[in-house]
Amino acid sequence: MTEQVAVVVNGIPRTADVEPRRLLVQLLREDFALTGTHVGCDTSQCGACTVLVDGRAVKSCSMLAVQADGSAITTIEGLAPDGGLHPLQQAFWEKHGLQCGYCTPGMIMTAADLLSTNEDPSDAEIRHALEGNFCRCTGYQNIVTAIREAAATMRHPAQVQASAETAR
Amino acid sequence: MATAAIGSAIKRKEDPRFITGTGNYLDDIRLPGTIHAAVLRSPYAHATIRSIDTSAAAAMPGVLGVFTGRDLEGELNPLPCAWAAGGNAGGIQNNLNTPRVLATDDVKWTGEGVAVVVAETREQAVDALEAIDVDYGPLPTVVDAEKATQPGAPQLHENAPNNICFTWRVGDEKATASALKGSHVVVKQRLVNQRLIPNPMDTRGAIGRYDPGTEEYTIWMTSQTPHIMRLLLAAFVMGVPEQKIRVIAPDVGGAFGTKIFLYADMALVLWLSRKLGGRPVKFYETRRENYQATTHGRDHITYIEVGATRDGEVTGLRVKTYANLGGRLSTIGPGIPTTLYGRLLTGPYKIPHVACEVLGVYTNTTFVDAYRGAGRPEATYVLERAMDLVADELKLDPAEVRRRNFIPADAFPYRPPDGLLRSWNGAEIEVDSGNYEPALDLALKKVGYADIGAARELAERRGKYLGVGLSSYLEVCGVAPSKWIGLVGEGWGAAMWESANIRVHLTGRAVLTIGTSSHGQGHETTMAQVVADALGLSVDDVLVKHSDTQGTPFGYGTYGSRSAAVGSIAALKAAEKIVAKGKRLAAHMLEAAPEDIEFESGKFFVKGSPDRSKTIHEVALAAHVGYDLPEGMEPYLDETAYYDTPNCTFPFGTHVAVVEVDKETGQVDLVRYVAVDDVGKKINPLIVDGQLHGGIAQGVGQALWEGAIYDDTGQLLSGSMMDYALPRASWLPELELDETVTPSPVNPLGIKGVGEAGTIASTPAVVNAVIDALSPLGIRHVDMPLTAQTVWRAMQAAGKEASA
Repeated sequence: MTEQVAVVVNGIPRTADVEPRRLLVQLLREDFALTGTHVGCDTSQCGACTVLVDGRAVKSCSMLAVQADGSAITTIEGLAPDGGLHPLQQAFWEKHGLQCGYCTPGMIMTAADLLSTNEDPSDAEIRHALEGNFCRCTGYQNIVTAIREAAATMRHPAQVQASAETAR
Repeated sequence: MATAAIGSAIKRKEDPRFITGTGNYLDDIRLPGTIHAAVLRSPYAHATIRSIDTSAAAAMPGVLGVFTGRDLEGELNPLPCAWAAGGNAGGIQNNLNTPRVLATDDVKWTGEGVAVVVAETREQAVDALEAIDVDYGPLPTVVDAEKATQPGAPQLHENAPNNICFTWRVGDEKATASALKGSHVVVKQRLVNQRLIPNPMDTRGAIGRYDPGTEEYTIWMTSQTPHIMRLLLAAFVMGVPEQKIRVIAPDVGGAFGTKIFLYADMALVLWLSRKLGGRPVKFYETRRENYQATTHGRDHITYIEVGATRDGEVTGLRVKTYANLGGRLSTIGPGIPTTLYGRLLTGPYKIPHVACEVLGVYTNTTFVDAYRGAGRPEATYVLERAMDLVADELKLDPAEVRRRNFIPADAFPYRPPDGLLRSWNGAEIEVDSGNYEPALDLALKKVGYADIGAARELAERRGKYLGVGLSSYLEVCGVAPSKWIGLVGEGWGAAMWESANIRVHLTGRAVLTIGTSSHGQGHETTMAQVVADALGLSVDDVLVKHSDTQGTPFGYGTYGSRSAAVGSIAALKAAEKIVAKGKRLAAHMLEAAPEDIEFESGKFFVKGSPDRSKTIHEVALAAHVGYDLPEGMEPYLDETAYYDTPNCTFPFGTHVAVVEVDKETGQVDLVRYVAVDDVGKKINPLIVDGQLHGGIAQGVGQALWEGAIYDDTGQLLSGSMMDYALPRASWLPELELDETVTPSPVNPLGIKGVGEAGTIASTPAVVNAVIDALSPLGIRHVDMPLTAQTVWRAMQAAGKEASA
């Protein structure tokens, strides 16, 4: 028995026939081949599977595909729609906010949610926002630095760009 | 030419794919026709297998086959143990027991595999597992290594009386006994270095594909050691010619040691693919399986006796350790608590005599093997707790006790006493270099050690005990050389060199292939930095490829902080061969004598006439087109180097933790963490700092939160991420890093390695801080992890004692 799910993923309308038990993360990874969203646990602890559902960070392993019916979903592949890098992606790169990279998409999507509601978070607020995301490589330090940096870029995009031009 | 790449904090070349979700981890690989394997695991920690009925499972939808250990008899050998205690060449008696690919007669831990289902989808395979009926005959269990050696304990293996796999000794018992006897004080303590679950974010898995036409196998696996896996699969488990197996490690999401080893599923997927006609067979662990069926780390119970003079000079150290190896042996399980632990029990100190006895013990638990640091964190924990216990006993400042015992800066190269670093065949390595006091001084200065009393008072007013803990550590990097730790020496049954191949193409762009295997370390960047400097190319013009046995030279892989210390030197040597050939060709092109050609910043020129020159691009073009080469020269710039380092490298440093313990609840807050590390010259400071951050976080995790818990029947109670406390972002402070730089004399780059230093140093620093905080209550030791409950109980017990 399958049910049809219709979602908009990274701006593109898509449908799939799925078993009722199919998880959103499986819909994204298996049906839509969007493998940037990772699975790191089976108890909704690690946050590697975090995506944006209607703009809010959701652990896609803890939502059924059928529950996402009618939603707009953003995954790491669609965060920067023009093919460039989102300020968060750029900052994770610049600040060495990743090592093995496995938790990175989930970290970035969680941070995107944070910065959409708090444009200038303190370090403590950033660390609190990452409560549901595990990283085993970085000790979180450069992730926090990267999110702080991205927040600054997003608050003052022109200024940062100008200083980057000067630096060149 | 641009400034040197080595030493520059450039951002990583591998990152664009990881930040855009276009990395290719094992579970991301999509091969047409893939079918899925799921493993049935024992719910019992110790039981006989009376019978297995697979008929109902075989009839389930989508199921293509169900197999048990009996089906594999005569087809697949048990997994090998590649590192017996004392070395494979006959050092000491080891009572070896290794896992079969699927258990046949009995199971020794919860999670040992007993059957496999292959189905069209993963869901179908998992559903069918539930229809397999296994008749188990439960047996008594033991999970504690010390208890397992006591009379009357349940016995796991016929060939291992009292569950002892080996008894391994190092040092000089007689001299140590006499030193302890003559000491002003002797402090004794039992220390538990608890079992940890390594937890890379990417669990383990493998995809096997057999090609019936060529009879060749390809396996994609989450591995740190693709070449070794091919060797072990081919020669030991499958009996297939080595060249018929190709191992590819795709992007690997962390490993921390767990992906060094050979696992049953690797052999299974290859065997199943052949059995089922060549369709790719995929196995990928759930996190729960990862907790039960992938290696754990640490798990030592240790008794120490440390002697000292009145002024705190350590006179001798006696150590007896029960090392839990699990129910059967992992690939190099016995090597970790022996060579990589007992031989390093003097650390940065000039302790005159050491005696160490290690019992390797079987228990009804998951197998234990290398986990980040592998033996060295355990040794450092012993030493750093010992230093604080001595300081406490003598009412001396722990910093002063360390200072008094440091190996002096003019004593290097230093040979530890009692043949500690001499392998059983006589090959000996030395502590290559060191200068320990400046790192201690800098750490104390940064943390404000002299003024800590004021902070204690402030904390008191807020209802907290403040504590400061030190850890002065010695790390050993680049496990090597072969004569010491290879086939004929102390270690595992092969060698420990590394390899690199460089091809400079017609356009002057280079491809470097290496035998080490990155799984987060950033080899694609750091190795390119080394070769870019050596050849005068830009970092962008050096492409680094790794982790595919077809197309990379044989290498021993990445663990033991050896990729920089050994692997990058192989890359440098290969570049030097390119330059040597380039010089001969440039001499021909410039009509000069080869010995008159110099090379700098990508330019070959005639000594004294820098205008008479050819760039490496011009030389690469000439070598490629090949119509005008010196007599006898082969075309092309293509060179391979194998490098066996003459000695290990020895990073060191001092870490300081500051904690506050809540007087009411026992909750420990890590409020500051200062780390001063000396890792020699750095290839990329950004990556070095990242390695330290992550390592420190893991070590702090052991001190305060992490621990694998088995109940008495061998059930893993901490069996999921809900139950096992991994460090979270909000639990850690901003780490304060600093450095001293003492280049290693062992290699031409002066580098040492950094992958494990943070983990090695941080655990005792935090524990020492908590014990310091609790010292007003008369508490001298509490075993890890120092959770609120553990600390609260210790405080309650101390209170009762005080009022009794």
